[in-house]
Amino acid sequence: MSRLKENYENSRYRRFMRWMNGEVDLLDGVTDVRIPEETEPAPAGHGAAGPVSSADKRRAALEARRKESEEIFGPEIWPQAASGEPIFDRRLTVFRGVYSVMSVILCAVIIWVFLWTTVHLPPFGGADNPANNEVPRRYIESGLAETGAVNFVTGMILDYRAFDTFGESCVLFIASCCVLVLLRIDPVDEHSRARVRKQQENDRVFEPKNDVILQKAAFILVPLILIFGIYIVLNGHLSPGGGFSGGAVLGSGLILYLNAFGFQKTERFFTEKVYRRVTLCALTFYCLAKSYSFFTGANHLESGIPLGTPGAILSSGLILPLNICVGLVVMCTMYAFYTLFRKGGM
Amino acid sequence: MKLFEILLLLSLIVCAISVAVVRDLLTSIIIFMSYSLIMCVIWVLLQSPDLAITEAAVGAGVTSILFFVTLKKIRAIRKEDQDEQA
Repeated sequence: MSRLKENYENSRYRRFMRWMNGEVDLLDGVTDVRIPEETEPAPAGHGAAGPVSSADKRRAALEARRKESEEIFGPEIWPQAASGEPIFDRRLTVFRGVYSVMSVILCAVIIWVFLWTTVHLPPFGGADNPANNEVPRRYIESGLAETGAVNFVTGMILDYRAFDTFGESCVLFIASCCVLVLLRIDPVDEHSRARVRKQQENDRVFEPKNDVILQKAAFILVPLILIFGIYIVLNGHLSPGGGFSGGAVLGSGLILYLNAFGFQKTERFFTEKVYRRVTLCALTFYCLAKSYSFFTGANHLESGIPLGTPGAILSSGLILPLNICVGLVVMCTMYAFYTLFRKGGM
Repeated sequence: MKLFEILLLLSLIVCAISVAVVRDLLTSIIIFMSYSLIMCVIWVLLQSPDLAITEAAVGAGVTSILFFVTLKKIRAIRKEDQDEQA
């Protein structure tokens, strides 16, 4: 019989879950923005300082900021206040001149360094280039036997150097998380909900929804693009391409579909929940599968993963599922970037 | 074929310079897009079709679209504003 925990509400797990669900905000009251207090005393000509209303205070603050920016940038920032001597004007002109000269010199130096390096590069595809050492020889000679992938670029990326590719997928995921943190509009409280509604109306003004040309073109193109992307992902070990290229193609197809038919259609099958689950599952599977194969490989054990006959679609061991994982992560990331840039949510 | 490659490389240089020179942001993004497409053809000529696919999808597709959306967000596309007022 299970025993109910007495202080369940205060348990560590419960508090963590509350924080995860956004019920408590740890940063509440820590990071709010305050308007700096008035430091200068009230002007004497206005008599005794009575109770100053907040609108007056704000206007005074605005006036102070205006004066400040006028001192820095010159009067052309505030065209209605054209009187008075600009203080830093001459120094600013000198600075601008030096700045443009220095930027041209910097560009010229960088171009010269690159061209100089390119001149001294060994010839393209030369036999005794430093890149032609024992590593590519090993890849070319025994890559097919060891990975089972006909396209041994993919064999290299997802077998010999799978750890790098895992890092790349994680970098993409982290990048999309950063965009999420920066651009997401949280529709929880009333103020931002109004903002979201305004944004959507704004979106409808800007977006030519029901654009006939776009919709007809998308009607024909989107299935082709998606099928092409799936083909690239699934044939990554046989033909050029792989998870990243195929995922990018799939993401572009989804973005085209979204542009033509609007958010309501795509939200039927692709919401934030789907995004989170797909990305998490793909990254976790990648991590576990590759950890297993690294573990067995480092300890000289048999991994028990059949390599199959090279050239068949179900061959080359883990490469096909890993390609699917990378493709899913990249597709979700591309789509998430677009939706976040577009309306700040999915 | 050699001539074609030289043409592609020259137009690459022209695109790269004009992206920085052109005043209008929308135009410079479209030039940037064509830069990516030319680069994509060059990847095919250099016998790396997987890079060509990625370049076409990411460089010409997704990146430019993100630039367009950003321009729209910061109201840098003038034409749209006029359409809205009209």
